[in-house]
Amino acid sequence: MIVESARGSLHVASQGERRRHLVDRAMAAVAAGTALVGIVALAWILGYVVWRGAPALGVAFFTERPLPYGEPGGGVGPALVGTLLMLGAAAALSIPLGLGTAIYLAEFGRGPFARVVRFVVDLLAGLPSIVVGVFVWALLVRQVIGHYSGLAGAAALAIVMMPIITRSVEEVLRLVPDGLREGALALGVPRWRTILGVVLPTARIGVVTGLLLALARAGGETAPLLLTALGNQFFNVNLFEPMASLPVQIYTYAVSPYDDWHTKAWGGALVLVLVIGGLNLLARVASRARRL
Amino acid sequence: MRQVVTRRWYRLLGCIVACGLVGAACSQSSAVATRRAPSATTLTMAGATFPAVLYTKWFAEYERLTGVKVNYQAIGSGGGIKSITDQTVDGGATDTPMTDEQLAAAKGDLLHVPTAVGAVAVAYNLPGINEPVWFTPGALAAIYLGEITRWNDPTLVAENPALARVDRAILVVHRSDGSGTTYVWTDYLSAVSPAWQRQVGVGTAVQWPMGLGAKGNEGVAGEVKHTPYAVGYVELTYALQARIGVGLVRNRAGTFVEPTVESAAAAAAGVADTIAPDLRAALVDAPGEAAYPIAGFTWQLVYRDIPDRAKATALAQLLWWELHDAQQFNAALGYAPLPPGIVERAEGQVRAITSSGQPVFQDETE
Amino acid sequence: MRMVVTASADPPAAQLKTRGSAATGDQRFAGLTILMATGALTTFLALATLLAAYSWPSLVRYGPGFLTTTAWDPVFARFGAAHLVYGTLVTSAVALLLATPIAVGTALFVAEYAPDWLGEPVAFLVELLAVIPSIIYGLWGFFVLAPIMRETVEPALQATLGHVPLGGALVAGPAMGRDLLTGGVILALMILPTIMVVAREVFRAVPDTQREGMLALGATHWEAVRYAVLPYVAGGIAGAMGLGLARALGETMAVTMVIGNSSRAISPSLFTPGYTLASAIANQFTEADTPIYFSAIVEVALVLLLVSTLVNLLARLLVARFVRAPAAVSAG
Repeated sequence: MIVESARGSLHVASQGERRRHLVDRAMAAVAAGTALVGIVALAWILGYVVWRGAPALGVAFFTERPLPYGEPGGGVGPALVGTLLMLGAAAALSIPLGLGTAIYLAEFGRGPFARVVRFVVDLLAGLPSIVVGVFVWALLVRQVIGHYSGLAGAAALAIVMMPIITRSVEEVLRLVPDGLREGALALGVPRWRTILGVVLPTARIGVVTGLLLALARAGGETAPLLLTALGNQFFNVNLFEPMASLPVQIYTYAVSPYDDWHTKAWGGALVLVLVIGGLNLLARVASRARRL
Repeated sequence: MRQVVTRRWYRLLGCIVACGLVGAACSQSSAVATRRAPSATTLTMAGATFPAVLYTKWFAEYERLTGVKVNYQAIGSGGGIKSITDQTVDGGATDTPMTDEQLAAAKGDLLHVPTAVGAVAVAYNLPGINEPVWFTPGALAAIYLGEITRWNDPTLVAENPALARVDRAILVVHRSDGSGTTYVWTDYLSAVSPAWQRQVGVGTAVQWPMGLGAKGNEGVAGEVKHTPYAVGYVELTYALQARIGVGLVRNRAGTFVEPTVESAAAAAAGVADTIAPDLRAALVDAPGEAAYPIAGFTWQLVYRDIPDRAKATALAQLLWWELHDAQQFNAALGYAPLPPGIVERAEGQVRAITSSGQPVFQDETE
Repeated sequence: MRMVVTASADPPAAQLKTRGSAATGDQRFAGLTILMATGALTTFLALATLLAAYSWPSLVRYGPGFLTTTAWDPVFARFGAAHLVYGTLVTSAVALLLATPIAVGTALFVAEYAPDWLGEPVAFLVELLAVIPSIIYGLWGFFVLAPIMRETVEPALQATLGHVPLGGALVAGPAMGRDLLTGGVILALMILPTIMVVAREVFRAVPDTQREGMLALGATHWEAVRYAVLPYVAGGIAGAMGLGLARALGETMAVTMVIGNSSRAISPSLFTPGYTLASAIANQFTEADTPIYFSAIVEVALVLLLVSTLVNLLARLLVARFVRAPAAVSAG
């Protein structure tokens, strides 16, 4: 076997060298093989969702509410509306908190308090979402609001979203060059305006990325919503009433006795995967466009 | 290029936040509107999965008739009891009557209003066996206690000669979540088997001696459907829909009865005269030639006194409709309608609903 | 209004001070952000407190025995979460054992072997596994994975491992497809992207000079990786595993549908239908109809909270130490 050495010269390989090259090829193949495992699993799952869910899709599926068994049509309309509203409300709740915390950590944070805050944000990020659901149920559903409501669902989603936003935004803010800050300050711009007017806009793509990732994560949550927003088979835009959401509607259809409804569950799953996949794709494209 | 792209994302962001704010604004206006309306237009009810299919049909019809939207979510009997106790819903639904302890924990007097009768079927998956399997009460208890482990056990073969050639282990399936269906099932097993009563007892959730746990009626039905040689207990509709085999069970009178709407109704007819005044009654092992032994009521739970007069009126009207006009939908979906004697008793419960002491229901014809 | 600007390294912005009338605006703004930051703290504290409060009756009644007994009897009010903890540990261990080699291999492929045009899309696709919501994993696991496990994989395991002395204990019992093993497999798929992403970062953090040195000495690509890269990344990989573990602990919907959900005693067999802490909560939270039952479930949530906090802490410490350090070296 003729081998090329690192320096580019050719020579006939010795037995030891042959073995080493074989090992090298083998390991490359193994590495490629492991990568293939993940991709095959992904294709399998997505393919299955498409295969079982595609038959359910149609105009009625997107616009009608769930109908009793035996009536033709019916769909996930209220769930789509509910998910949109609750995600919007959750974003409205978590963006100020997330941005504020991120700005604090990146621009002002020094000393033990900032370290504690950063640690707690990490903890919140790692919380099992069902624990968040239990918390919001105990606090809002049982006490403050007094009944299941879309607002409680939005609050649970906001708790899930906030740490993701904070961490993404903090990372991006830190990447903004000091030169920009110093330049603004040298021109006499107050600190707070520097942050809001110079630093944040420079990092805006990263902020959007963080928000999209957070939305994608929150959009797929089921367990906390079951305990807080409950669900609704009617169209409902009132956040103070129980509200449908796509993951919960999928679950409801899936746990029914009817094959027809099972297909609808898969249809819902397909829509959910497309929406969340889309959000993630957007986030990725956005972060590519970032030139910092 | 980057500018344009960013603007699009800003718009997306703006849209999402705007939706949230619009939703919040709408909530405010609807909340105000509801407070001023004479009768509530939305009600929330949560609880048992057993009657979920029935209630979905009922409430769709009710909305067509009256415009009142009753949102029913099946989170389980225990969930229904807990929700109505916490007053996080307007009505609860349960397959198991509340215990005295639970009633005491509620924020006021709770009324049990029966709405339908259902049957818990013994479902199984036996490839190659085409005739329905006949189960004695003792056999069922022994299977779930782990004492009978194979399908060709002599006890089973005694009633089912065809099982002699099925030399397979029985894969027992039970509920992993708490459930009224489990309550009816364990209530029955406790009634017919002292060993079960002693070792396991009755409850919405129990410590199962053995077996596989599946979530919800559909989980058990699915499990049985996809696992050869499995046996499980499910609400009748789920067994029928999943097209799995359903067994006959010997009742107190000695007859092997199939779980059907008629046999469940027969079980309920037997207790109309003897039922307790608060209507918290079990139907298991009911007397009667044609009675199916594993049957149970399903109830809706409402507070006796509801301060919000609009809600109280709406609930009373809903319950009245359920006891009368709604019963026509039961049979088609696999639930037995309430016998007349029970309906009469239940009407009394509805009339007892008050708002700040004033009764709300008038006997208007709907 | 005068500005005093001090040039500094890190954290840069915090060094800047202002004087004069702008100071009030700055102070107010800084105060506002501190308020927001406190929001995160308050939420966490409120959460921990509420959980502790609701689980108090159970904590008092069952004490430390809660973690060592395996009863779960709502009828006779005997509760012990040992089998829940066991199920959580076993499924997480199985998930880590299965996912780590695959994730590290994939990261290796993407970071070391594949050209950019191939590596990026591959990484993206594997990361998509993290995007699929839990409930969809649950549905797929129930309809596709569990039957395959029951029909094909588990009988095969019994045929091979069943004859080995210790292996036999691992695969004892009827192969039903819904058991700790299947739960572990589903979790492995879900944490695969988490571990891969961090492993990839860890590989990237190793300075090129190390690899180049080895290659200059005539090493094959694999040898360069093995001797110049892998020794650096052990801690980082451990951290990645920790993050994967943290994710596995909290998974609810997916696991619930494939794990069997039976309150069996603790058995070494992987074919045991079991529970995890999270799946127990999901199954029984709405159904707990007596106060002590409810309190026991909340205590399970509390245990889960504590465990995932600990794991998160450890994982981040490891990753932070091993990812930042090499980068500082190469920047110098």
